[in-house]
Parts: sequence; structure tokens; C-alpha cells
Amino acid sequence: MEQGTGRGYGPGGPSAIRLVWIYPDLLSTYGDRGNLLVLARRARLRGIPVEIAEVNSDQHVPVEGDIYLMGGGEDLPQVLAARRLQASGGLSAAVSRGAVLFAVCAGYQIAGTEFGGPEGEPVPGLGLLDIRSSRGERRGVGEIIADVDPVLGAQRLTGFENHQGRTQRGPGAKPLATVVTGTGNGDGTEGAYAGRVAGTYLHGPALVRNPGLADLLLSWVVGTLPPIDPEHEELVATLRNERLAAVRATS
Amino acid sequence: MSASSPPSRSGLPLRARLATTVGGAAGRASRLAGRGDGSVIGGVIGLRLKPDLLSLLARGRQIVLVTGTNGKTTTTRLISAALGTLGQQVASNAFGANMEAGLVAALARAPDATMAVLEVDEKYMPAMLEATQARVVTLLNLSRDQMDRAAEIWLLARRWRAALATADCRVIANADDPLVAWAAGQARNVTWVAAGQRWHDDSWCCPNCGSHLRRDGGDWHCGECPNRRPPVSWVLAGDEVIDPAGGSRPLDLVLPGRANKSNAVVALAVADVFGVGVTPALAAARQVRSVAGRYTHVQRRGCELRLLLAKNPAGWLEALDILVPAPVPVMLAVNAQVPDGRDTSWLWDVDYRRLRGRPVFVAGERRTDLAVRLEADEVAFRVVADVDDAVTQAHSPAMEVIANYTAFQQIRALTGRTD
Repeated sequence: MEQGTGRGYGPGGPSAIRLVWIYPDLLSTYGDRGNLLVLARRARLRGIPVEIAEVNSDQHVPVEGDIYLMGGGEDLPQVLAARRLQASGGLSAAVSRGAVLFAVCAGYQIAGTEFGGPEGEPVPGLGLLDIRSSRGERRGVGEIIADVDPVLGAQRLTGFENHQGRTQRGPGAKPLATVVTGTGNGDGTEGAYAGRVAGTYLHGPALVRNPGLADLLLSWVVGTLPPIDPEHEELVATLRNERLAAVRATS
Repeated sequence: MSASSPPSRSGLPLRARLATTVGGAAGRASRLAGRGDGSVIGGVIGLRLKPDLLSLLARGRQIVLVTGTNGKTTTTRLISAALGTLGQQVASNAFGANMEAGLVAALARAPDATMAVLEVDEKYMPAMLEATQARVVTLLNLSRDQMDRAAEIWLLARRWRAALATADCRVIANADDPLVAWAAGQARNVTWVAAGQRWHDDSWCCPNCGSHLRRDGGDWHCGECPNRRPPVSWVLAGDEVIDPAGGSRPLDLVLPGRANKSNAVVALAVADVFGVGVTPALAAARQVRSVAGRYTHVQRRGCELRLLLAKNPAGWLEALDILVPAPVPVMLAVNAQVPDGRDTSWLWDVDYRRLRGRPVFVAGERRTDLAVRLEADEVAFRVVADVDDAVTQAHSPAMEVIANYTAFQQIRALTGRTD
């Protein structure tokens, strides 16, 4: 991965956005690759080149990335991933120099200060987000709808959740969204964000049905984004409408 | 079994006989009404009348259970075929009804069968093992599937491990799947089969200690604890099977693909427990051409369709492997009903890029999810209403069809059940 000289549109056109997918071998239980593909697609449709690094758990996490993705995983891989990321230090260094982190489900919990291990025991997280997670009584499984913090200006979230985690925020993190239908953090809020770090329980390919959230992450890197040709937005818009309507029909 | 001929098995108490009789009548009614193959409804009613019916029906029989994420129905069929060479009746839930009611129905239908080969849903294996006191338990593989209903895969393996540690049965297990190997690791009597593993993405972590698993070709071991691939007796090597004596011979199956070679080698190992040699068992396996509609060729308006079932990422990987090459068109159909799993996130675990450059049609109740997935992989496609619509648009003498569970059943209902 080359050393960048800053993002955005320079005189010679846009420089590449560097996407880093953390540990697809451990944290990719629910189609998490979707987030990588959607970010890459939405950047390229705007003429912004993309460089992708898929970093397995036996590899070093580069610190020069622009957007880091961390996905969902089962209990054992989650603990192993947290341990490896602590030892590696690459992700924490990247976040402290201003990189974007988007973390999903188990990855969301790892980004916090603490989460529940396989027997419910507390396991230390990376402390990149002021949240603390534990194991709830019941699994939250099903379609989820949530309204994003209006400050962020992104459209309503639609997704699927499947987790037993309950997450409390400290003063250093704000809720990403307010739950309309579903479980989320367990207190009526969904996900959390602080600075350029955001996490959510909308599992797997959360950005697929939520291009607004994908664009928010991209804008944190390059600033204001040019629009995408509407013909490339039609299918996703249809999918969003179908899923939102399906939840309305059953609730 | 019919309502007028109650089971002759002398061991059955009156209430159990009544339960199987009423259940059988309901199953027949269900078949006549055209609702399913009738194998579940009878079992459901029977169990309501007599909750321990499965134990009673299993008593005195030699039972083989077959479980795993993929290949259950096919392997059950291959084992049944091999055991059939002994000349005795073999009971089986051949159409994939693999929960308790389906097992009850299969045994009630064949009251005089002394042997039974039963596929079991992976979540129910421990309970079904306890109820049936099976002689052999067959473990194929474990990978992500219907995760909105199932617990985590590792928890499933842990339940298998606990159940097999205390059971008095022979275990035939795939040593190439680390989760399966760990699940069978405390069983008293295991025959290990090198049946291969195409999908690795649910087993990078040691199930025993949580450390990183190291892989070297087909071999694997944990870097931190003593957990490693056990020594194997049966081996799938390319297109050949190597038996415990070291003899190798070609499989020559009609069923396509690596996964079915794997299923066949496991079936040979099970047959061996019952004294069926490789030669007759293999001859029987080669007679199997389709399994509950899978791999079936059907004619539809001048187009020959081949029907492939794929229910999860590992299954799709194997199905995409066996597609005939371009330019033969492909139709994909995906639903997300309860038996499929309500969540379509798994679509993003499948690499569809190899469908580029051939006609692709997209159908099923969740075709929009599938379309968005293909768009991201830059695969050109057309959305169609159903298989007939695809045939009309394809103008091709042949088409490959891959569908997940209920989408597959819908296509079979439309094109006619052929076996």
C-alpha cells in the first residue's frame, strides 16, 4: 500500500481511497464482504479510485488506510480477533491518526472498551469507542429499522440483526440511530459513533441496504461527494422499499 | 403403511400402534390432497398421541443417523442404496424430512425394516441420537446456514461433542472439517474419513482453544493446543476412494461434483460397518442419478433444465463448481422463508463473479436481494418471474438452475416431481 499524500481532489484528480478489511478469516460471518464491495462501488461510480487490502488475522494491520471495516463473528473468533488487534496495534494507530472505522456486530463490540466472552466473562476491547457490551437474555433476531442521528444527515437504516449483545454508551459516544423496529443496543438506540468511528448491530452487509451510510463514511474521507448516476441507484432503492414495506406489513 | 393395515411390529404398545395408524392415514390424506409428500404430517399427529413414539419405533432396529450442514439427503440415499444390497428392507426419510416427525414417519412407513438410514437436522442430532440409540452416527461437515434459526456453529459442534462423548455408537466423521473432528473428538469409536472441505471460512479458529488453526494442504493443526487432524482410514483422493486396506479405485458416480464424491466415500465407510464391501456399495452408489429432485433433468417448453439445490455459501460454492460452461444460461432463485433462513446476508458470502459472460436469470421471492448482489459483482442478469419466464427469454435448449430450499421446492412443484 503506497503512502498517500492526503485525500480529496487534487489538481491531478482524486487520489485513491484505501479500504482495509480487518480479519475476513475471523470476522465475516454474515456476508460482511458486502460492505467492502459497496464502498468500493460507490467510490468508483464517482470516479474515485479504490485500493483494497484484505488483512487476515495472521497478517499485520497497515496504519495507512482511509476506511477500516470490521465485521461480525462468533464468540471464539471474536475473542481471538480482539487479542490479535491489541497485539498488532495497527488499527488503533490508524484511528488515532484520523482514519475511519466502520464496525459491525462482533466488530462493533471489539471497538468498545469491553464485551462478553463465550461464557459471558468480560473481555477487553480496543477502546476506540466509548461503549461497553455484555450478553443479554434473549437474542435479537430479525429485520431492524432505525433513524440515523439527524446531525449525520443519512437516510433511515434498514437491516437484519442477529445478536445477543447489549451495549451501553459512555459519555464519549453518541447513538448512531434510534430504533423504530428491532433490538439494537437494547435501550431503544442503535449503534454508536464518535468522530470517525461508527459501529452498528445491523449485521453483515449493512451498507448494502443503506447507501446513505456508505456515503457518510466516504464523505468523512473525501468531503462532499458528487452524485451517482440515478440508473445505478434504482435497484438498491427498490430493495430498500421492499424491506421497509415487509417490516411494516408484519409489525 | 395404510389405515387398514396397522404395523405388524409386535413390540409396539396399543397406543403407539394407534398413533402410527392415525398418523399414516393423515399422511395419505396429505399426499392425496397434493400437500407435500405426506411424510411429516403423519409423524406430527403420531407424536401428539404418543410423545415417545420415535424411541418405540426405533427399538430393535439398526439405525444410521446422517447429519451435517450439506449433503445429508444425498449421503442418506447413498448409504440406503449400499445397505439395500444386503437384501433387506431399509427404512429412510429419503425426502429430507429430517426433524423428529419426519423420522417417525419414515420408521412407521416401514414397520418390518430392521435397518434404517435417517438424515437428521444438525440441531436435533443429540436428541435424535438419544431417542433412537443409533448404531452409527455420520458427521459430514459444519458451516454457516440459516443463522437466524440456528445457534452459532461452534455451539452446535459443542453439543455434538457432548452427546457423542457418552453415546454408545460408532461415529463416521469427516477429519478434514476441524469443527466435525472436534465434535467427534471424545467419541469412543470413530472411523475418520478424509472427505475434503471446500469451504474453510467457518473454521479458521481452533474449536478447542480459540487460537488460529494452521492449514497445510488438506492437513490442519492448532498452533497452541494439541488439536490436529486425526489419522484417517478412508480417503477421497481426486476421483478415487482409498479404503482402509490401501486399495484405491475410481468412484465413477453419475452424481456430479466434488461434494458428491465426498458423500460417497463417507457412505462407503458406513456400509463397511454393516459388512457391505466397497465393490457392491460402489455399484449401488453409481445407480443413484438424482436425489429428491436434486440433479434432476426436466423438460420445460423445449428446454432441458438441470435442477441444483444450494442452501448456504458452502453449498453455492459446490453448485457453481459443477455448472456446465458458458454459454449455457443459468437461472438463480432465492427465497427467504423460515426453512431458508429469513436473512439473505449470506448472498454476500458467495462469489458470483464466475457467472460473468453468460446469460443469467434471477428469480425467487428475494430476487431483488440477489439482483443487488449480482450488480455489485458486475454480473449481467435479467430479472424473471419464474422458471417458465426464464425459459421463454433464454431461447436455449438447456439451462442450469440453482435454487435455495423453498425456491427449489417451488420449481419442482411447477415442473413436476420426477422421483
